[in-house]
Amino acid sequence: MVKVSSWGRLASGEHELVALSDRGRVARQIARRGADAVTGLAQGNARSYGDVCLNPGGRLWRTAAMDRFIAFDAASGRLRCEAGVLLRDIQRMSLAHGWLLPVTPGTQMITVGGAIANDVHGKNHHVLGAFGDHVLHLRLARTDGAVIDCAPGDPWFAATVGGMGLTGVIVEAELQLRRVAGPWLVTDTVPYRNLDEFFALADASEAGWEHTVSWIDCLSGIGRGLFFRANPAAIPDLQAQAGRRANSVPFVPPVSLVNGLSLRPFNETYFRLNALKAGHAIAHFEQYTYPLDNLHHWNRMYGPRGFYQYQSVVPRAGGQAAVGAMLEAIKASGQGSFLAVLKTFGARESVGMMSFPRPGVTLALDFPNRGAPTLRLFERLDAIVRAAGGRIYAAKDARMPRDLFESGYPRLAEFLQYRDPGISSSMSRRLIGS
Amino acid sequence: MQDLQQRIVIIGATSSIAEHCARLWVAGRGVALTLVGRDAARLERVAADLRVRGPGAAVTVRSADFSDPRSIRALADAVVREGMPTQVLIAHGSLPDQQQCQRDLEAASEALDVNGVSPVLFAEAFAGHMEAVGGTITIIGSVAGDRGRRSNYVYGAAKGLVTRYAQGLQHRLAGSGSRLKVVLVKPGPTATPMTAHLPQRGLAPVESVARLIVDGSRAGKPVVYAPGKWALIMMVIRHLPAVVFNKMNI
Repeated sequence: MVKVSSWGRLASGEHELVALSDRGRVARQIARRGADAVTGLAQGNARSYGDVCLNPGGRLWRTAAMDRFIAFDAASGRLRCEAGVLLRDIQRMSLAHGWLLPVTPGTQMITVGGAIANDVHGKNHHVLGAFGDHVLHLRLARTDGAVIDCAPGDPWFAATVGGMGLTGVIVEAELQLRRVAGPWLVTDTVPYRNLDEFFALADASEAGWEHTVSWIDCLSGIGRGLFFRANPAAIPDLQAQAGRRANSVPFVPPVSLVNGLSLRPFNETYFRLNALKAGHAIAHFEQYTYPLDNLHHWNRMYGPRGFYQYQSVVPRAGGQAAVGAMLEAIKASGQGSFLAVLKTFGARESVGMMSFPRPGVTLALDFPNRGAPTLRLFERLDAIVRAAGGRIYAAKDARMPRDLFESGYPRLAEFLQYRDPGISSSMSRRLIGS
Repeated sequence: MQDLQQRIVIIGATSSIAEHCARLWVAGRGVALTLVGRDAARLERVAADLRVRGPGAAVTVRSADFSDPRSIRALADAVVREGMPTQVLIAHGSLPDQQQCQRDLEAASEALDVNGVSPVLFAEAFAGHMEAVGGTITIIGSVAGDRGRRSNYVYGAAKGLVTRYAQGLQHRLAGSGSRLKVVLVKPGPTATPMTAHLPQRGLAPVESVARLIVDGSRAGKPVVYAPGKWALIMMVIRHLPAVVFNKMNI
């Protein structure tokens, strides 16, 4: 048994680790034999913040070595690959042929299987939807030995996209990549002083800008921030800056570096510096979209107690009031971090029964784990999300109450018909009871 | 341009370290790769991946019986008939359970064969062909071959055989004027499916071990520790007096 923790470093549990490396053997490897009561769970690159990728006391089927491409058609942009391939490896391969993933989250250090199981979203949700919208085919292995091939329109597909790994082990997938002229983006930065200005900017930008996202100063209490928007650009002459130097947080500091002393001056400086740089620029997509991927182990800076991420989405009607109330609660608590993101989702409904993205506005913040005061703040935020008819992102959660999960995900009962009884996680035990 | 082409043969190409070396090689220009392994279906999967990663590379596969000297000879002859390799990587092996080897001589025998005898026979078969024309033969040994330890001495003994063999072959070639280089790689504990059940702290990423192997092979270094810190650690371990060493539980 080996201790494993997730990206938030909150708690680590003992797991029996099993490597999946041969996609032809997965169904046999995970099959339950006789009276085997131990459950398993597939784990990709363990970048989920909370407990969706943990199964303490049980098995973790690690997919890191199941990372092969199967076929790529450079004419159509269709890619078949194993579930353990990192999004980074796909993009580095496909860019040379003029293709990229249509949708990625703020890190490309996650696996294809993890991206599907959590139906991740990106800054371009209002244009291209979520990751699952670009999956053409899935192969799923079940602990009863069955192998299921499914595609959009099939209930197995709708249950598995966003299904938190609970319907089976995703073995391989076929993805539709997206034509790009190159790696460059034209970007624009606009400071905003309050939530009225944010929503006006979001509404005005959605038609003309593919990527929109904003950083919000969670301690200012007035909802000031920086609105970032970008579009792909055909700029053939620039040489891609290869070999950027990666930095690393080399050890876990004894206390969180994100605290009351550091946060307020950081936010002030960040806002003022970027307000000075407002306007247009050219950026490489890797630097623009994944700014933290070059700071290895950045999760260590929250100290030995780890951190939570709290990401909610609330419907657009009433969304501004709900976001304002959440920001006030956060300011009053004096907690929060500089990784604070506010963004509007587009009108598109997700393909997955349990997918997080839905039309509305999403707020995401990291919180150093300070124990009881942090959990008390979350209870106040939960109440606001619940009253607004919103939901919390399971891939980033480690503590939401069961009633909020049930009210936030109305297709839960339908989803449960597709669960694999041999698969379990800390999260499923906490929110579903098994 | 044909003479500029690198012809690389990988024995044990489905091993994780070998597969990552191959990924680095297919990123280069004009590479012809021959993947040799025991399981044709798994070889095909590795080949398909490499063809996507390196569309300019020519990737072929061959299966062979790794425990039969005649099969090893026939494989080397057949590969050479298609074109003399510029680089051969011998990468197969498996980490046996030491306790099981102590109880079960068949398991011990198989562990010695697959980790020691078989790699040596492959190297010998290719060295015979390549001695006259030059090139590089890279053999993956292990830090476990540097000193026998209670936790894995059957595996260590097999890798010790590989170490002595590589030294001897280097000695033979040094006196012959041959342009054939022999590189012995000694990886420390590496994060691969073979070690996936162990705590991952302290395991080297397989990508960085592969990078050291590919760079060390190009440079023709006689011995490559991967990562390099193991050269120092193993120097200390080799020189510990037995009275001290025998008290250590390693």
